[in-house]
Amino acid sequence: MDLFEDDAPGPGGNAHEFTVSELSGAVKKTIESEFGHVRVRAEVGRVSRPRSGHLYFDLKDDRSVLAAVSWKGQVARMQVQPEEGMEVIATGRMTTFPGQSKYQLIVDNVEPAGAGALMALLEKRKAMLQAEGLFAAERKKPLPYLPRVIGVVTSPSGAVIRDILHRLRDRFPVHVLIWPVAVQGQACAAEVARAIEGFNRLAPGGAVPRPDLLIVARGGGSIEDLWGFNEEVVARAAAASRIPLISAVGHETDTTLIDFVSDRRAPTPTAAAELAVPVRSELMAWAADMQARLIRAQGQAIMLRRQRLADLSRALPRPERLTEGARQRLDTWADRLPNALRRGVSARRVALSEAGGSLKPGVLRSRIAQDRQRVTGWADRLPTALERGVVRRRETLGLWAGRLEAQPAMMRRGLDRQRQDLDRLAARFADVARRGIETRRDRLAALDRLRATLGYEATLERGYAVVRDGEGRVMTRRAQAEGAESLAIQFADGVLTTGAGAAAANPGTQAPAPAEPKTAKPKTPKSKEARKDTPPEQGSLF
Amino acid sequence: MSDQKPVEEMTFEEAMRELEQVVGQLERGDVPLEQSIKLYERGAALKKRCEDRLKAAEEKVEAITADADGTATGTRPAAGL
Repeated sequence: MDLFEDDAPGPGGNAHEFTVSELSGAVKKTIESEFGHVRVRAEVGRVSRPRSGHLYFDLKDDRSVLAAVSWKGQVARMQVQPEEGMEVIATGRMTTFPGQSKYQLIVDNVEPAGAGALMALLEKRKAMLQAEGLFAAERKKPLPYLPRVIGVVTSPSGAVIRDILHRLRDRFPVHVLIWPVAVQGQACAAEVARAIEGFNRLAPGGAVPRPDLLIVARGGGSIEDLWGFNEEVVARAAAASRIPLISAVGHETDTTLIDFVSDRRAPTPTAAAELAVPVRSELMAWAADMQARLIRAQGQAIMLRRQRLADLSRALPRPERLTEGARQRLDTWADRLPNALRRGVSARRVALSEAGGSLKPGVLRSRIAQDRQRVTGWADRLPTALERGVVRRRETLGLWAGRLEAQPAMMRRGLDRQRQDLDRLAARFADVARRGIETRRDRLAALDRLRATLGYEATLERGYAVVRDGEGRVMTRRAQAEGAESLAIQFADGVLTTGAGAAAANPGTQAPAPAEPKTAKPKTPKSKEARKDTPPEQGSLF
Repeated sequence: MSDQKPVEEMTFEEAMRELEQVVGQLERGDVPLEQSIKLYERGAALKKRCEDRLKAAEEKVEAITADADGTATGTRPAAGL
């Protein structure tokens, strides 16, 4: 029955019915057996590193994406870490992740797809660090001439550290601190970087002496072997080191990123040791040579001076010779001195006694008496001489006084004479002045009379008149008089104004009022003509 | 000459450089005697300083022991090198 039922065609046919887990397990088994070991050439896509230490990344080509994962332990063994954009050949096995219906590649190892890919990556990093200025020559620190302590970052086992120690021993034994690191594999970069930083963190004078110089060294190997020294973290640690650092990684032809940032690059570990220290024996020889030169130079200096001193001493005369003459002169003078002194004293004694001999009280006294007599003689003569002098002067005075008294009379006589002269002159002057005035007055009267007879005013007395217009211009023609607005007629005794200005002008000439009718006549044009033509008649009318 | 660094405080290289200078000066012979004696004494001290440093050199090789943070905690003798 069961068989029948099994064979019976149903809605699902006779196909096996799986559970999801059964199918997922079957797929997993198939895939894992079919793709148990594969190599995949791909470009690395997105890379993620969670804290777990596993590594998740994508492998892709132009059409497909494959999820890839490396477990922590695998990551640690990788020499080259996958980076985004890297062309790689990934080795591993395919598996599925049934929980998410996913398939993925468990990657054991990642190799760059050919050396070119790694070099390209290295170039990219170099360009970046160079752009940051980490390769600049001015960043390079000078190496100490003679370091006391050298820190070596390298593997504690192997030829490299032996080579370095051997060469140091040969040249200059120093204190070497080895910081053991892995020099290849995944741990390499991080350990080297930590060692460099660790040496720099040592405080001077601490329990562990701080090195004066660091050497980061590794022997030769493939580019993959050396790759740790191409990691950015190593390069940055080396660049940040305040302790001068020599890099010696690989052989002469291998250049790693750390070589560009280190202060000196040594082609080999042995060469690094040679750069690190000078040769002690040479320095010992140098020091000995210096000492020899020092002694020789100083000896020479002293010898030269001694020679010179000797030369000069020879040229110097004996001191006795310098003083001989002086000494002789001294002796001579010393001999003569007592005699000279004695003679000088006796000579002065003689002179004294001579002078003292004439000096007696009697002589002095007689000289004083003589002098007193002379003084008394003069004193006697003094009063009479005085009297005589006074008399003589008084006589002279009297003479002069007499002559002075005669003087006023003479002066008075002169004065009288001059006063009379003055009176006479004054009288003559008054006469002359009076006569001059009278003469002039007479002439003036005569001239005035002449003027009166010659002037036109006199003719007015004889009946003539002068006619003027309003502005005082003399009218000599009838035509002029007719045109004038007013006329002023001058008579012997005043002016009569007629016409427009008459009323205003006439009050000043009221005095000759009775004559008005008569004066009106000559005002006419006829009278004007008449005046011109018949002055005698008018004169007779008056 | 008064601003000279005491010889005891000099590094090997400083002492070396000055010693060469001193010797050169003395060899030129243009230094007054008084001063040349001072120079000679200084030269001798510098030479001694250099030589002491050279004689004191001795090899010592140790390996660093570090803690988990990468800080050096001490040293141990490096055997077999």
